[in-house]
Parts: sequence; structure tokens; C-alpha cells
Amino acid sequence: MSKFRKKKKGVPAVNTAALPDIVFMLLFFFMVTTTMRETDLKIENPRLPSATEVKKLEHKSLVSTIYVGKAKDSKYGSSFNRIQLNDKIATADQVPAFIINARSKVSEAEVPFMTTSIKADKESSVGTITDIRLKLRDVNALKISYSASKTSSN
Amino acid sequence: MARRDTPEINAGSMADIAFLLLIFFLVTTTMNVDSGVSKKLSEKPPPDYVPPVIKEKNIFEVNINRNNELLVEGERMEVKDLKEAAIKFIDNGGGEGKVENGVATGPCNYCKGEKSEKSSDHPNKAIISVQSDRLTEYGTYLTVQNELLRAYSVLRNRLSLERYKIPFVELEEAYKDDRDNADLKRKVEDIKTSYPQIISDAEPTSN
Repeated sequence: MSKFRKKKKGVPAVNTAALPDIVFMLLFFFMVTTTMRETDLKIENPRLPSATEVKKLEHKSLVSTIYVGKAKDSKYGSSFNRIQLNDKIATADQVPAFIINARSKVSEAEVPFMTTSIKADKESSVGTITDIRLKLRDVNALKISYSASKTSSN
Repeated sequence: MARRDTPEINAGSMADIAFLLLIFFLVTTTMNVDSGVSKKLSEKPPPDYVPPVIKEKNIFEVNINRNNELLVEGERMEVKDLKEAAIKFIDNGGGEGKVENGVATGPCNYCKGEKSEKSSDHPNKAIISVQSDRLTEYGTYLTVQNELLRAYSVLRNRLSLERYKIPFVELEEAYKDDRDNADLKRKVEDIKTSYPQIISDAEPTSN
């Protein structure tokens, strides 16, 4: 009798050996999906206007982004009309060069599908946007997207 | 002889390390998809370009001044009323449509507007002109653009429901998933040409 009784001693510990596996699986998922921001912003993160008629931007590699907003560096003043191209604060005159540079990175057949995304702050003025738009028209970059956050329609 | 069992490596803290990394990636991950109001710019006109004469009644004029106030067709208006006013203008259908490649589109038989003499002839002739000041806030400008686009989507949706029993958004979505479907393509094109989005940006005023 005593032989059998010995076995029933204490509750067996829950096996947690598979826990690291589960956690690793989640970890890999997030590692793969994470995208680090390629350009660091020289302007303050633009407060995007909201809109209902927004469309998702497809083909990330065909999108070139122009930021408009207030410069972080106070030497550029405090207006919301600074333009950032790549990693630098620039002027509207440099937009064509920026677009041509972006075009050289994709194959010729894809050029007509290239989109310029304008990420501008709510308080930027229309004049700045118009300047950019005119320059874009000069180099025939006609597809643009005004970046906006989606709100549900009321 | 002493026991030579290799002691088991304690893997208990492995989970902790993995959790730490996991939390780091959880926090840094941003799953934002870029989205925005898309627009197609008109091509640069040649230097000797003479703009066509357009009847006053086919132009819906929207002015935004530097204090972000709206002037629509000569009257002050709130942004929330803009959509209705634009719909009324586009959907008026008071006359003949434009002649395209020698084919006259005729009067608008799907319009449900007032058919007034004083407003637009046909959706494909109706031009919305947005003029803003250089100092207008970009937020207001985009809100106005958005309201105008909403007016078009309301009309397109209505027509799509009427003709194909499916909202236009879903029709477009279906077409996006199946690009080679000629039938869907025809339907989407049909709705788009029935209510073409003609929004022009006038040169902003300054001084």
C-alpha cells in the first residue's frame, strides 16, 4: 500500500516550457512588421487635417513625401511654412530636383504612377502648398495626395 | 566517484528576456498606413493657351479668405452647408451636356436637381472653382476640398445604387480586387464619367 501512496505528493508544477516559444513567436511578428522611420523630421510632427474622402496610398516605394510645418530649429522662425525634403529644410525651388532624384530611383515604366504625398500641418498656409504644387506641375509630377487622417463621416 | 551529471541550464528567465524584447517592439511599432486626399493636377498649359470661354452658370465659385471664411457664389456660407450647395449645383442638369468626340451627351437624364436655367447645364460641364488666399489655413482649404469631394461621392453613390444596386464605394473596391474584370471596369467608368470630378484650383490671391 505504501508504495502507491508515495506518488501522490504535492501538485505537479505547470509546465511553462512552451511559454518562451509563444513569446518569441509574438516577438518575431512585431520585429517583422515594425518599420523604422527612415527620415528624421526636421519639422515638428505635422498635425494632419482630417478628412472623410481619404484614399490609402499604395506602393510605398513610389511615394515621395514632402513635409510642411514648423521647424524644430528656432533659427528657421516659428511659422508653419517650412518645407522639408529628404533630411533638410528646403525651399519650394528645390522641389523639382527632389522629384527628379526620386524618379531616378524607380524604373521608367513606373514613373507615371509616382505619387507625391504632401504632409502639411493644419496651420500651414495655402500659399506654401500652391508654390509646391506649381513646382510639381513644372516637372509633371501630377499625382499628389494631401495627407490627412480619416474621420468617419457624420 | 562523484556524480558527473551536467546541470541543466536554467531557462526560466528566457521568457523574461523575450518579453522585454516583445514589449520594446510593441511600443515602437507604428502600423500607420499613409492615407490622404488624392488629387490630380492639371498639366502645364502651353504659353499660347487661350482658356475656353465657360458660361458663368456652369461655374460654382468657392472663395476662402484669409480669415478662413467661405464665400460661395457671392454669399457667405458655413462649411457644413457647402456639400448641399455643391450637390444642388452639380445635379441641376438644366441643359445639354458637352459634346465629347463628336458625340453629344444630351441632357442629364439621371440628374434629380431643379433643372434651373440659372445653374449648371450638366454634371460634365459643371466646374467647381476654388479660390483661396495665400494666407488661408491649409486645414480649412482641405476641409473645403473634402466637402466638395463628398458631394461628388454622394451623387456617385446614388447613381450607382440606382443603376447597379451597389454603393459606388463597394463597386470600386470590387474593381480594385479584380482589375481584369471588364464588366466592373465598365460600371466604374460609367459612374465616373456620369459625375466627373471637376474641381479647379484658381491661383490664390495675395497682398
